[in-house]
Amino acid sequence: MKKMEDMLLRREAFSEVVMGNTAIVRAMVEAGTRVVSSYPGSPTPEIALAIQSIPKNDRPFYFEFSTNEKVATELAYGAAVNGHLSTVFFKSVGLNVAADTFVQLSLMNIIGGMVVVLGDDPGANSSQNEQDNRHYARMSYTPVLEPADPDEVYRFYLEAARLSQTLRMPVILRLTTHVCHAKERVAFGSWSPVQPDDTPRFDPANGPYIPLTTHAIEMKRAALARLEQVRQRAEETELNRFIDNGNRLRGVITMGLSFLSLMDVLDGAAAQPDILKLAYVHPLPRKKIVRFLSSHQEIKVLEELDDVVENQIKAIAFDLQLPVKIFGKTQPEDWIGEYTPDKVHQVLYATWPDMVQPAPTSEAEDPAPHRPPQMCPGCGHRSAFHAIKQALAPTDITVADIGCHTLGFLPPYEIGQLLMCMGASTAMASGLRLFNTSRKVVAFMGDSTFFHAALPGIINAIFNHHPITLILMENGTTAMTGHQDNPASGKNFNEETDKIPVRQVLEGLGIKHIAEVDTYQQAKLAELVVEATSIDEFSVVIARHPCMLKFTREQRKNSTYQQKHVTIDQGVCERIHTCIGAFGCPTFTRDTEGNVTINTDLCIGDGSCIQTCPTKAIIPAGKKDKGGAA
Amino acid sequence: MKAFSIYLTGVGGQGIGLISEIILRAADHAGHPVKSVDTHGLAQRGGIVVSQIRIGDKIFSPIIPAGQADLVISLERHEAFRAAGTALKDKGCLIYYNTVWQPLSVRLNQTAEIEESYIQDLCRARGIQVISVFHADLPDIRMQNMAMLSEIHRHRMIPDIDLEHYQTAMADLMSGTMLAENRALFDKRLTA
Repeated sequence: MKKMEDMLLRREAFSEVVMGNTAIVRAMVEAGTRVVSSYPGSPTPEIALAIQSIPKNDRPFYFEFSTNEKVATELAYGAAVNGHLSTVFFKSVGLNVAADTFVQLSLMNIIGGMVVVLGDDPGANSSQNEQDNRHYARMSYTPVLEPADPDEVYRFYLEAARLSQTLRMPVILRLTTHVCHAKERVAFGSWSPVQPDDTPRFDPANGPYIPLTTHAIEMKRAALARLEQVRQRAEETELNRFIDNGNRLRGVITMGLSFLSLMDVLDGAAAQPDILKLAYVHPLPRKKIVRFLSSHQEIKVLEELDDVVENQIKAIAFDLQLPVKIFGKTQPEDWIGEYTPDKVHQVLYATWPDMVQPAPTSEAEDPAPHRPPQMCPGCGHRSAFHAIKQALAPTDITVADIGCHTLGFLPPYEIGQLLMCMGASTAMASGLRLFNTSRKVVAFMGDSTFFHAALPGIINAIFNHHPITLILMENGTTAMTGHQDNPASGKNFNEETDKIPVRQVLEGLGIKHIAEVDTYQQAKLAELVVEATSIDEFSVVIARHPCMLKFTREQRKNSTYQQKHVTIDQGVCERIHTCIGAFGCPTFTRDTEGNVTINTDLCIGDGSCIQTCPTKAIIPAGKKDKGGAA
Repeated sequence: MKAFSIYLTGVGGQGIGLISEIILRAADHAGHPVKSVDTHGLAQRGGIVVSQIRIGDKIFSPIIPAGQADLVISLERHEAFRAAGTALKDKGCLIYYNTVWQPLSVRLNQTAEIEESYIQDLCRARGIQVISVFHADLPDIRMQNMAMLSEIHRHRMIPDIDLEHYQTAMADLMSGTMLAENRALFDKRLTA
C-alpha cells in the first residue's frame, strides 16, 4: 500500500496520483511552511487528513484545528509576524467568520509570509451559499491565485508562498470544490529539509502593527503599493497562460475550473478562439489584458459566479477607449452554479452561436425519486428529534444551527425551521421571542458550534433575559465534516487534552436551568423539554451521546465486535408505520403491501427505534450475524 | 486512447470512493491520461455520492457532460436508474449492484420503488447494455464494490485496462487482511 506520509515527505522529485487537497500539503512541505491552522469545513477537510498521515514528530510544520476560522487566522498571523511562513485554510463561508481579522492582514508587514487557502463552493454543494470570495480580496487589497486542477494547486501554492514571503503580505489561494476533490497525476519537486530557524523575530520596528489613527492611512497606502508590486509579478509570470489559436477576431479570458470546461467544449469547435487563462485573478495583469483586448475584436469573459474580473476588464477597455466588444454576464443564471462543461457550453453558445453546436438547453429529467441527505442509521439526533417533536406544540418555533442536526428540517421531523450560520441559533431565537408569548422558541446547537461562535449569543440571552430554550446536542465531535475533535472531545489534533465541559461552561455563565439526559432516552428527554420550555427564563437541555457513526466505526475495529440489528415481528406489527413515517430511520424498508422490513445493510442495532413502536413489534434480532472485517 | 467517461454513483457509505480510486489508478497504471473528481456534498448522511472518471488524451475537465458517460457504475438500484436517465449516453453500458436503499419518499409511500423492470425497459429503449450484479453470499456488505469491480473487469467494460493494472491499483490502496480479502473476492468472481 502506498503510504501518503512517505509521498508527502519524499526527498527526491516524483509524480503521484493525488487529489487537490493532498497536492497542497506536499507544496506546504516543499515551501518550508512552518505553521498551518484551520477550522474544518467542506471542501477542505481532506487537507487535514493528508497532514494527519504524517506522524506528529515527522511533520515539518505545526498544525492545529483552531476553535473557529477567525482564531485560526489570528494564530497563523501571529506566527507569521514572528517570522514563520504560515497558512490558514477553511471553507468559503469561513471567511465571513475570519473577516474581522482577515481584512486587516494586508495592512501588516507579515515578515514570514502567510497564505490564506479558501475552499469556495460554486454550486453550494455543502455550504449555505455560493459566495464569491474574490469580493473580499478586492475589498482588502489581497492578491488571489486561482488554480484549475491538482497540478496547479501544487504549483500555485508554491507561487503564493514565495510571493507572500517576498512582499511580506497575505496571499489568497482560492480553491473551489471540484478543484479540491479532483484527482490526477501531479509531478512534484524534490524536498531538502532544512533545520528551521525558530528564532522569534517579532519586532515592532517592522510595523506599525497598530492600525490606528494616522497609521491606518499610511498602512493602507503601503498595502496598495504592495498590490502594485504583485501586479508587476502577474504581468511577468508564465502562470498566466496565453493560448494562441491564431484567432484575431475572438478571444476568451477565463480562469480556474471554467478554463478546463472551456477546453472540453471547444474540442471540435469551428474557429478556436485565443485564450488568456489567468492564474492571478487579483490584481489583474493589466498590460497583458490590454494586449489581448487590443488584438481581438470580440472578447468573452468566462467567469464562474460573480462578474468580478469582467467589470475590471470592461473598465480597462473603457478607460483606453479600446475598440473591442466585451461579452460578459447577461442573465441571472450566468451568476449561478458551477461552470461545468455543460454550463460553459450554454454560455458560449449564447455568446457565439456559430462557434459551437447548440447546447442542450435542459438536462434530462431525473427519473428516480429524490434522495435528500439524512441522518445516519442509529443517529442520536433522530432519536432526540422524535422525542422533542412530542414535547412541542405545532406552532412552536424551532431554530437550527450548523451541523448534522440541521438535517432535522427535513420530513418527517421538520424541526429547525430557520438556519443562518455557525452559532446563530440562540440569538435568532431570542429575537423570535420578543413580543411573542404564545409560541415557544427553541434553539438547537452542537458542541463544536458551541465553542466556535455560539457563546456571544448564549451570553446575550442570559444578559438580556431572553426566555428561550437551548437544546445542546452534544456528541463530542465535529461530525458533519468528518469527526474532527473539538474542545469538548478530550483530544486536539496533536494530543490528549482536558475536555472543556459544556455543562460547566454554562454553569459558569450563571444559567440556573440546565437539564441533562442521554440522547436516546426519549421519554425523559421529552419530559425535560416540556419542563424547560415552561420556565420563563433562559434554559438549557443537554442531550448527550457520542456520535453513533463514530462510535460504531470504533467498535468495528475491535476484533470481538459482533454486528447486530433489529428485526420486525411480523405477527405483532400492525402496519401503523410510526417507524417509517415518524421516526424515519433509513433502515426501515416498505414493500408494496405496506409490510415493513429491516435493511440489514444499514441497521446498526442501536435499538433506539424499539421504544418508538406502539405495538412493540421491533425487537433485537435473535441470531447474531457474522461480523465483517473488510 | 479515445476519450472514455465513467460515471460512478451510489449512496454514502457504499464504498464508491474506493472503487473509483482503484479504477482511476488502474487507468493510470495502464498508461492512460486520466482525471477524476468526487462529489460527496453531505453524502456521508445518506445522500448520493458521485465520482466521475475521464480517460483519454484530450481530456481537460474531470466533469462529464450530462448524458455523455460511456459507462455508468452504480452500487444501488435507484441510483442506477437515475444515472442511466441523466448521465449515460444512448448505447452506453450500465452495471449496477442490485440492492435497494430506499429513498425517503419511497419509505414514506409517496413515490414507488424503482423496480428492475424499469431499468430493463429504459435500457432496451436506448440500446444500453445492462448488467445487474448481486451476490447473496458476500461476507461483508462493504465488499459489494469489489464484487462489482470484478464483474467490470470480467466483462472488459473499461477498454485497455488489464488485470494487472487493477491488481496493482488495489495494492496501492489497501494492505494486510483488507487487501487479501478483497483480492480473494475480486479473483474468485473473475473465474466464477
